[in-house]
Amino acid sequence: MTLIDLANPTKFLSLTTRVLPWLAVATAILLLVGFYQAAMAPDDYQQGATVKIMFVHVPNAWLSMFVWGVMSVAALGTLVWRHPLADVAAKAAAPIGAAFTFLALVTGALWGRPMWGTYWEWDARLTSVLILFLMYLGLMALWRAVDDPSRAARAAAILTLVGALNLPIIKFSVDWWNTLHQPASVMRMGGPSLDNAFLIPLLVMAVGFTLLFVTLHLAAMRNEILRRRVRSLQMMQASQQAA
Amino acid sequence: MTALAALIRRDIRIALRVGGGALIGVLFFLTVTVLMPFAIGPDLPLLTRLGPAILWLGALLASLLTLDRLFTADHEDGSLDLIVMGRTPLELACAAKALAHWLAAGLPLIVATPVLGLMLNLDATATSAVALTLLAGTPALTFTGMIGAALAVTLHRGGLLLAVLVLPLSIPVLIFGVAASQAAISGPLAFGTPFSILCALSLVSFVVGPFAAAASLRHGLD
Amino acid sequence: MSLGPYASFVVTSYALVAAIIMLLIIWIGVDYRHQRQRLRDLEASGVTRRSGRTATEI
Repeated sequence: MTLIDLANPTKFLSLTTRVLPWLAVATAILLLVGFYQAAMAPDDYQQGATVKIMFVHVPNAWLSMFVWGVMSVAALGTLVWRHPLADVAAKAAAPIGAAFTFLALVTGALWGRPMWGTYWEWDARLTSVLILFLMYLGLMALWRAVDDPSRAARAAAILTLVGALNLPIIKFSVDWWNTLHQPASVMRMGGPSLDNAFLIPLLVMAVGFTLLFVTLHLAAMRNEILRRRVRSLQMMQASQQAA
Repeated sequence: MTALAALIRRDIRIALRVGGGALIGVLFFLTVTVLMPFAIGPDLPLLTRLGPAILWLGALLASLLTLDRLFTADHEDGSLDLIVMGRTPLELACAAKALAHWLAAGLPLIVATPVLGLMLNLDATATSAVALTLLAGTPALTFTGMIGAALAVTLHRGGLLLAVLVLPLSIPVLIFGVAASQAAISGPLAFGTPFSILCALSLVSFVVGPFAAAASLRHGLD
Repeated sequence: MSLGPYASFVVTSYALVAAIIMLLIIWIGVDYRHQRQRLRDLEASGVTRRSGRTATEI
């Protein structure tokens, strides 16, 4: 099966139906292993048990950006190649990405309460993720504002690409703004010097969550294709009744 | 070139004419700024400190409010279809329309700034700093906002959807606009750094805005 | 395994992640059934696809 065959929704549907159970099982196994390892991981000498929040926070934060990347690729597919599945992929990804972004925000706040003493700190990273969340919501509002799917797809594709161009600028300006207003009050994670006891569960969780996204995304794409089929059948029914 | 000049002239004339509505932006700017002391209290030192932020927020909201008109009127009377089909590259036409819009709706905001600065107890340096940053920053607001306006007109939805789409994109302009004005008033930062970044943001938006708006019009109008 | 004084924060964040992901899964599952049901209803009412294939066939 080549990429061209996937452009056919029916072929895509049959492939999805075959692949989805395996993906779901793999996701479940990875997430269970990751959860077990996260539970067994030692406490951090500074952060104590709250370091365990990082095992779910970091994968969600990673996915919040990864999903926008996926949508940007889909947007190129919509605008440049007019690929029939690209619209579907972009639309299906938006709510899932918004959910992951929301989780990144909330787990970040829950980590911040014991560590910073407040749920919400106008920390540069939290703030950028908040703006990303607002942009996801705007994109979803755009999808919901128009009932013609292909028209909405092209508008959403342009917004997605403009957003992808703007996100680094927003990140940079928020960083700058943050250092201006509260210099270095924020405790930082260890960065690349992270100990293996933390790194391995984190990696397992990150891969597990990414697979979870792929699974959910494929399932949501399948729903979207069926929804379009329903729509076109309803239109045919309406035109038959009119005739 | 003459086509673009004609387009700019026409747009400015329409905007300033009765029913154009460009000057309503200034009125809105004035109203928002006058409302602020009622929310904060008539505390002059506090207003001085918040002044640049208030003026920037007012200008941001006012320019957002008038953006709706950028393509809607032309779409309604059909001239937008002529512009899209015309021989002038659509990107340039979009840039010309945005420039005309900024001249008619953005420039009056800057002219009004000194008056409002007086009411917020800003001294001459502060007022001129805010006016200068607005002069450098409002084009970026117009040119990025134009993308939202183009999307909204192709979707036949304006108003709130436009605001929701455009506001997150204007955060960098707001940050550096206010930061540059604050730097000029109280320091400790040099005025030049944030101000040059603000100018850079405007220059980037001159490139991205027309292309994205033109793409949106081409793909959206059928 | 003791979670120390911050146990509630750790447990809440894990529970919240699990809850939101369950919500996503349930939403997608319900949506899938709903779309299949609508396709079946439409077919039962005599509308057929241009390709002649059944709409619920995957």
